[in-house]
Amino acid sequence: MSAEPLLTVENVSLTLGGYLILNDVNLQVASSEIVALIGPNGAGKSTLARIALGLIRPDRGRVWRKPGLRLGYMPQRLTVDATLPLTVQRFVTLSAHARRAQVQAALAEVGAASIIDAPVQAISGGEMQRALLARALLREPDLLVLDEPVQGVDVNGQYELYDLIGNLRQRRGCGILMVSHELHLVMAATDHVLCLNQHICCSGHPDHVARDPAYLALLGRDGARRLAVYHHHHDHRHDLHGGVVAGFPSSPAPASLSGEEEIKPRPTDERDG
Amino acid sequence: MDDFLLRALAGGLGVALAAGPLGTFVVWRRMAYFGDALAHSALLGVVLGVVLDIDPQLGVIATCLLLALALALLQRQRRLATDTLLGIFAHAALSLGLVALAFLETVRVDLVAYLFGDILAISTNDLYWIWGGNLLALAALTLIWRPLLAATVHEELALVEGAPVFLARLAFILLIAIVVAVAMKVVGILLITSLLIIPAAAARRFARSPEGMAALAGVLGCAAIGAGLWASLRWDTPAGPSVVVAATALFALGQLIPGRIRR
Repeated sequence: MSAEPLLTVENVSLTLGGYLILNDVNLQVASSEIVALIGPNGAGKSTLARIALGLIRPDRGRVWRKPGLRLGYMPQRLTVDATLPLTVQRFVTLSAHARRAQVQAALAEVGAASIIDAPVQAISGGEMQRALLARALLREPDLLVLDEPVQGVDVNGQYELYDLIGNLRQRRGCGILMVSHELHLVMAATDHVLCLNQHICCSGHPDHVARDPAYLALLGRDGARRLAVYHHHHDHRHDLHGGVVAGFPSSPAPASLSGEEEIKPRPTDERDG
Repeated sequence: MDDFLLRALAGGLGVALAAGPLGTFVVWRRMAYFGDALAHSALLGVVLGVVLDIDPQLGVIATCLLLALALALLQRQRRLATDTLLGIFAHAALSLGLVALAFLETVRVDLVAYLFGDILAISTNDLYWIWGGNLLALAALTLIWRPLLAATVHEELALVEGAPVFLARLAFILLIAIVVAVAMKVVGILLITSLLIIPAAAARRFARSPEGMAALAGVLGCAAIGAGLWASLRWDTPAGPSVVVAATALFALGQLIPGRIRR
């Protein structure tokens, strides 16, 4: 796997309306690499993704994109006004000139070939996510930025989308930056996880779910194959106002699916590979 | 037919042809109140034209363009919601126009004609303005069509895909300003928005594509002009409001026609 960097975000800070949104954040995505950006609501994940895309300018820090980098973007929640008559085919080619056969191929690649002539208002949330992915793929992107790609999609649909995204990296060799509000579960194919809460709380590699019987019981075999668990290793906590509190909580809490301050420190040598 | 009727028809059709397609974007982008606010400033433009001793139409266009630019800039601040901002501008501009008019003792202005239009008094000079302005607007709209449509669906996605979003949006509000300014003679300050909104809304049910909706909105607008003028002659009703009533009737008729059931 080549590791040619596509995107580097260095020491980026952003304040909006007097509130510190991002504080000294670093991020890097290389080609063929899947980076997951996780964190609680309001942690600044989408903002960081938009800074990476060049949609927002940070107050401080540097954003470097490989010259000529082609970006594919899948925004969070897209709804098209009911007054706008638009088929899926038109929707995915709004900024791209593509023949119908190309559109058909892109939709087939994401498993949504049948909706090509449907009005965009008539497709389901999962189909909309696929249409957005097809729209991004038509641009033949070097870097895909996916903001909560499985939000509002049922569990089976989520697994399919994860498979799809994992395959895309292999087939097309593009880098992928994926935002998720899940705190402990990420896509199994993820190479690198960043836990963000205004600043990078911790980062590292996810572990395979299958090793952890508790998750296996929770998710079933299907889920375990596609998801990986991320064990946080924070050296601080956040209070209710988001301020940093030094040190660990007094008692070691078991890994749970609820809060980011619940930490399960673990030795690193248990990891696969 | 008399000359004044022909001029009325030509003026009305000129406005409807551009107002329909532009109006589809006003509907899609939910900017109905924006057009209204621009229209309310038109009277101020008339006064400006008199004071500067230029063509009143030029004064109206300049005022509408300036107000559109000011609104575009002010929308970037987050303290006041856009509809509040538009409400302030619309009514302040209309009141300022009326107050300024009172200072011009030597000038007599037919207020009703400005508020509700005076389509039967359209002069040849007016026709030049109407057709010039609207053809310019239509041509410019076709140029910015793709980026504007992409930005209307999702602005940030369009930006990432490299569409000239800000340019398209700026051009669009200036086009609305031009169309509103030259449409004043036809339906008046208070009714201009209806020519943008109603034909577009009526076209929605029958359109399968954005372009189809824009074209149909233009056609329906023209039909409303024709029907409204005819009704105005037939029953001696005010022409501008008759056009709006005709457009509304077309909209209502369209809703009554049973449609296909789509997925």
